[in-house]
Amino acid sequence: MQYFKPQTAAEATDILAKGAGKARILAGGTDLLVQLKSGMIEPESIVDIKHLDGMRDITQEDGGYRIGAAVPGIKLGQHAGVVALWPGVVEACELIGSTQVQGRCTMVGNLCNGSPAADSVPAMVAANAVVRIVGPDGTRDCAVIDIPTGPGKTSLKPGEFVTSIFLPARPPRASDAYLRFIPRTEMDIAVASAGVSLELAEDGTISAARVTLGAVGPKVMLVEDAANAIVGTKLEDAAIDALMAACRAAASPIDDKRGTVEFRTHVAGVLAKRAARIAMQRAGDKT
Amino acid sequence: MKNIHVSTTVNGDNVEFICPPGETLLDALRDRIGLKGAKEGCGTGDCGACTVEMNGEIVCSCLVLGAEAEGAEIKTVEGMANGDTLHTLQQSFIDNAALQCGICTPGILVAAKALLERNPDPSETEIRYWLAGNLCRCTGYDKIIKAVQIAAAEMRGA
Repeated sequence: MQYFKPQTAAEATDILAKGAGKARILAGGTDLLVQLKSGMIEPESIVDIKHLDGMRDITQEDGGYRIGAAVPGIKLGQHAGVVALWPGVVEACELIGSTQVQGRCTMVGNLCNGSPAADSVPAMVAANAVVRIVGPDGTRDCAVIDIPTGPGKTSLKPGEFVTSIFLPARPPRASDAYLRFIPRTEMDIAVASAGVSLELAEDGTISAARVTLGAVGPKVMLVEDAANAIVGTKLEDAAIDALMAACRAAASPIDDKRGTVEFRTHVAGVLAKRAARIAMQRAGDKT
Repeated sequence: MKNIHVSTTVNGDNVEFICPPGETLLDALRDRIGLKGAKEGCGTGDCGACTVEMNGEIVCSCLVLGAEAEGAEIKTVEGMANGDTLHTLQQSFIDNAALQCGICTPGILVAAKALLERNPDPSETEIRYWLAGNLCRCTGYDKIIKAVQIAAAEMRGA
């Protein structure tokens, strides 16, 4: 195995492309090193991208924020601007691992690791976040929801890697929230999770919404029926019931040691309800 | 497999070592630099026994490659005491019997020091969440939390 520290993104894609699937990206390393040690992967090359331009930066762009692929969770939480604009994305990212893991783990890694239970991914999809990808054919942008294709699998092509995530601008009366269920209070993997992002009209009704679920299917889900159930409402009981029903209808979880199909389906609705109420509260507080 | 020459700073001292590309920072610290304070518990970032500070943030050194230490500032438990004078946290752990077997202690000390540098007066909840990634299988945590609280109070007074 060789360790590479390329100086440019072009050099990195070259190593990845030549590696023919035997090269792995290293940013925070909190998944990569565990997989290396367990023998789950046996790469020939490790490509450390942390030192490339912009990888560790959070920059304002078109009223939103571009977050470099190597920005660790703890730095995201320390950025007042991102916390104010996208609190749900930040709280989701901060749920990844311990304080020590937060010092290293990245949202891009969380996404590209491909876990259906990744915490930051439903929040990013609710935020309609877009990743920037560099590869042998140049640069392209792609919606976060189109990256995971199944457990441990992504739509990235050979030689491609994600360089940043863009969290877009949003109207003043808008906010988001993310919740997960775990059987303990810290340091666990989501049994089910939900992200909600919404915008409020002048009169306080919801004018736009995105509702997502995690850990209840092979990949993150954007539940349009759930969003439609709350748009035009103020989250009255009937709207909440319709939201929960839509989430439960969309959920298609597996049974495993962490939760049953029945439990995960039920909890997905509960989490969506609570996340919607938190997002509503946060958006309302901004007025 | 090509070995890598790494030039880094550990507890303020310039240190150089040579390691294979897949070697962890934890193994490099213990076996190449001779600093045995950081311990390997799980080796997968769950237990925190290998906690060190890297460029101002605490990390599990079992989840960092030695090669990544190039140009970095590393701080370990060995850098906490000032000569023969223990750090307030270290003395508090002894005075308040916050350890039994001691395997988790170096990681907890490094993590607690980082907490108190950011937040000199943390609540019990804040301490418990901050240290959630440091597992102790002997004490049941209460004495550890109390030792951190007592050290925090002393450090605020000092």
